[in-house]
Amino acid sequence: MVEHAHEHPQPHDAGHDAPVAVDTRPKLAVWKFASCDGCQLSILNCEDELLQIAENIHIAYFPEATRAIVEGPYELSLVEGSITTPEDVRRIHEIRAQSGTLVTIGACATAGGIQALRNWADVDEFRSIVYAHPEYLSTLDRSTPIASHVDVDYELRGCPVDKTQLVEVLAAFLNGRKPRIPTYSVCVECKLKGNVCVPVATGTPCLGPVTQAGCGALCPSYGRGCYGCFGPQDSANTDAMTRQLTELGMTGADIVRVYRTFNAGAPEFAAASDALEAAAAASAGGGEPS
Amino acid sequence: MDDIRILEPEGLDALIAALHERGYRVVGPTVRGDAIVTGDIYAASDLPQGVGDTQQAGAYRLRRRDDDAYFGFADPAQSTKPVFFPAEEVVWRGRRDEGHFTVERDAPKDQAVALLGVRSCDLRAVQIHDAVLADRPFHDAHYVARRDGTFTVAVACGEPATTCFCASMGTGPRPAATNEQTGEPAYDLLLTEVMAPEHRFVLEVGTERGREVADAFDTTRAGQEAQQEAIAVSDAAAARQTRGINTDTIHDVLRASAESPRWDDVASRCLACTNCTLVCPTCFCTTIQDTSDLAGDNAERHRVWDSCFSESFSYIHGGPLRGDVKARYRQWITHKLSSWQDQFGMLGCVGCGRCIAWCPVGIDITEEAAALGRMATAAGAAS
Repeated sequence: MVEHAHEHPQPHDAGHDAPVAVDTRPKLAVWKFASCDGCQLSILNCEDELLQIAENIHIAYFPEATRAIVEGPYELSLVEGSITTPEDVRRIHEIRAQSGTLVTIGACATAGGIQALRNWADVDEFRSIVYAHPEYLSTLDRSTPIASHVDVDYELRGCPVDKTQLVEVLAAFLNGRKPRIPTYSVCVECKLKGNVCVPVATGTPCLGPVTQAGCGALCPSYGRGCYGCFGPQDSANTDAMTRQLTELGMTGADIVRVYRTFNAGAPEFAAASDALEAAAAASAGGGEPS
Repeated sequence: MDDIRILEPEGLDALIAALHERGYRVVGPTVRGDAIVTGDIYAASDLPQGVGDTQQAGAYRLRRRDDDAYFGFADPAQSTKPVFFPAEEVVWRGRRDEGHFTVERDAPKDQAVALLGVRSCDLRAVQIHDAVLADRPFHDAHYVARRDGTFTVAVACGEPATTCFCASMGTGPRPAATNEQTGEPAYDLLLTEVMAPEHRFVLEVGTERGREVADAFDTTRAGQEAQQEAIAVSDAAAARQTRGINTDTIHDVLRASAESPRWDDVASRCLACTNCTLVCPTCFCTTIQDTSDLAGDNAERHRVWDSCFSESFSYIHGGPLRGDVKARYRQWITHKLSSWQDQFGMLGCVGCGRCIAWCPVGIDITEEAAALGRMATAAGAAS
C-alpha cells in the first residue's frame, strides 16, 4: 500500500483504518469506443506524472496499457471515442452502470469526432462501396458523443486531449475539487502566453476566437492558425467567424471543411457548416449542396 | 525642470548601459516574430531600428522604414502591462505535511524596472493602474512590489497608427510632465526622436534621478528651441490622427444608452474572443484559480487575467449575469468610457488603439462610441 493513501479526503476513503494490505485507491477504468486511441495514449504520455497517478489511482481496467483486468465497479471511468454501432450503445450503458464518475475524453467522445462526417453522408452508400460484404456490417448512420446516450459527469475536449488538463481532472477528482478547465476562447491562452495574434499580424485564418482553450494555444504558438480541435468555446459567434474567414480569403467549401474536421458534430460548428452549405445552395439557384 | 539636451543616436547604448549599471532590468520595444513587442533590452540593437508598423482595424503589419529610426512605430502589440501585472501569478502555495499545513506567499521582488521607450498612452495607462491597484486603501502588494523604483524613459510618439486616438483622449502623443492625479513627475527622462535635418534625440530631464542618469552618458546641452522642435514632432503626430472620442459627451452618452439597439448590432460582429480586453493597457480584471497535485499534498492559488467578454466572468450561483455578448460589450465600453470616471475620477481609455487593431473582426471603439452618440442624440430629439 502506498504511504499517503490513508490521507485521501474523498468519499472513496473506505480503508482509513484498514490493515495495510487493503488497497484504498479509487479504481480507474479507461474505455474505448470509435476513436484512434490518441487520447488514451495521452494518459501514457504523462511520463513525469504516471508514477504519481498510479500511486493515487488504481489503474484497474486499461487494455491500451495492460492486459490485467480488475473487476468493477470503478470509481472513475475515462471514456474515449464516439458511439457508432448498436453494440456501442449497449456497452456505454453498461459502463455507466458500473462507474461512479464518468469523464469523456477527446473530440470523439465529446462531439462525435472526425467520424461524425458520416452524419452528412449516406452510410448505406459508402458501406456498399467500401465493403465486399456490407451485410456483415452493423453500424449506425450517425456518430454521436457519449453524452447523447448516458449522463456524463465531465467532458474533456481536444484532439487529442491535453495531458496537463488530463492530470488536472484526475487531481481534481482525487481531491474532490473543481477542475481548472476554462471554457473561454483560445485567444485568452495566446494572450496569457504573450503570443501575437496570428490572424491580425499575418492574415492567416484562425479558428481560435470560436474555439475553447485548453491546448495552451499550441498551433498559434508556432505561427499557425487554430484548427478548432477543442471544439466551440462557451460563447462562439460562428457567424462573425465565418465572415472573418471569408475576408481572409477562404472559400465557403474550405470553411465548411474546417468546421467539420475534429468537432463536426459539435452543435455550434455543425450549424455553422450547415448555414454555409445552405447559403451556397441558395446562391446556386436552390440546387442541392455538393 | 529646464534641462534639455541632445543625444546622438550612437549614444543610446550608453544610456542603456547606464541603466543596467544602476541595476535596472531594461524593458522596451523589440521585434519578435511578426510584431513589435515589449521585451528585455540589452543594447540599442535590440530596439526595432528601421522597423515601422501599419495598423488598421483588425490588421497589423510590420514594415521596413526608409530610415534608421529607433522608435518609428506607433505602439507595441502589448503594452508594459505584463511587466507589473503579469498574466498569471501564484498568490500563495500551501503544503500538507504530517497533519499540519504550511502556507507560503510568493514575494515578487523583481529587479527594479527601467521602462525604455514607453509611449505616452502606455505611460498614462501605468498611472491609471497605479491609481487603481496601488493608491487605494487596499493595495495589490505584488503590483506595488513590481512597480517599486521604476525608472521611466518615455519616448514621445512621432508615428501614430491609423488606429491611434490619444490626442482626443488628452493622453498623448507627448506625455504630460506630471501625473494629473498625484502631481508627481510622469517620467525621469523624455526622448523625442528627430529625423531631420539629422537623426538625433531631444532629451528632456524630468527628475533629479533622471539628471543623475543623463549625466552618465554623452549629451550636448540645448535650449528651448530644441524643446520646441520636440513639441513640433508630437504636434505633427497629433495632427495626423483621424480617430477620436468626444470625451465631453461620452460619459453621459453611455449612461443614456443602456437599452440602445446598437448593442445587438455590435454583438452580431463581436467574437467574444477577449482580445480587446487582453491587449488593453488599463484592463485589470483577474480571476482566481486553485489547483492541487494528485496526492493533494501541494496546492496553489493562481491569479490569472480574466475578461468581461468570457461567459464565466460574470458567473454566479445559477448562471452568468451577462449571458449574451451584447451585455458584455456594453459592460466593457461603458466601464472604459463612463463608469470608470464615476469609479476612479478619470477615463479608463488612453487611446492607444490596440482594441481596434487587435480585434480579429476590427470592431472600433471610436466608431461604436460615435454611433451610440448619434443614436442617443436622435432618441433625445425624438422624445
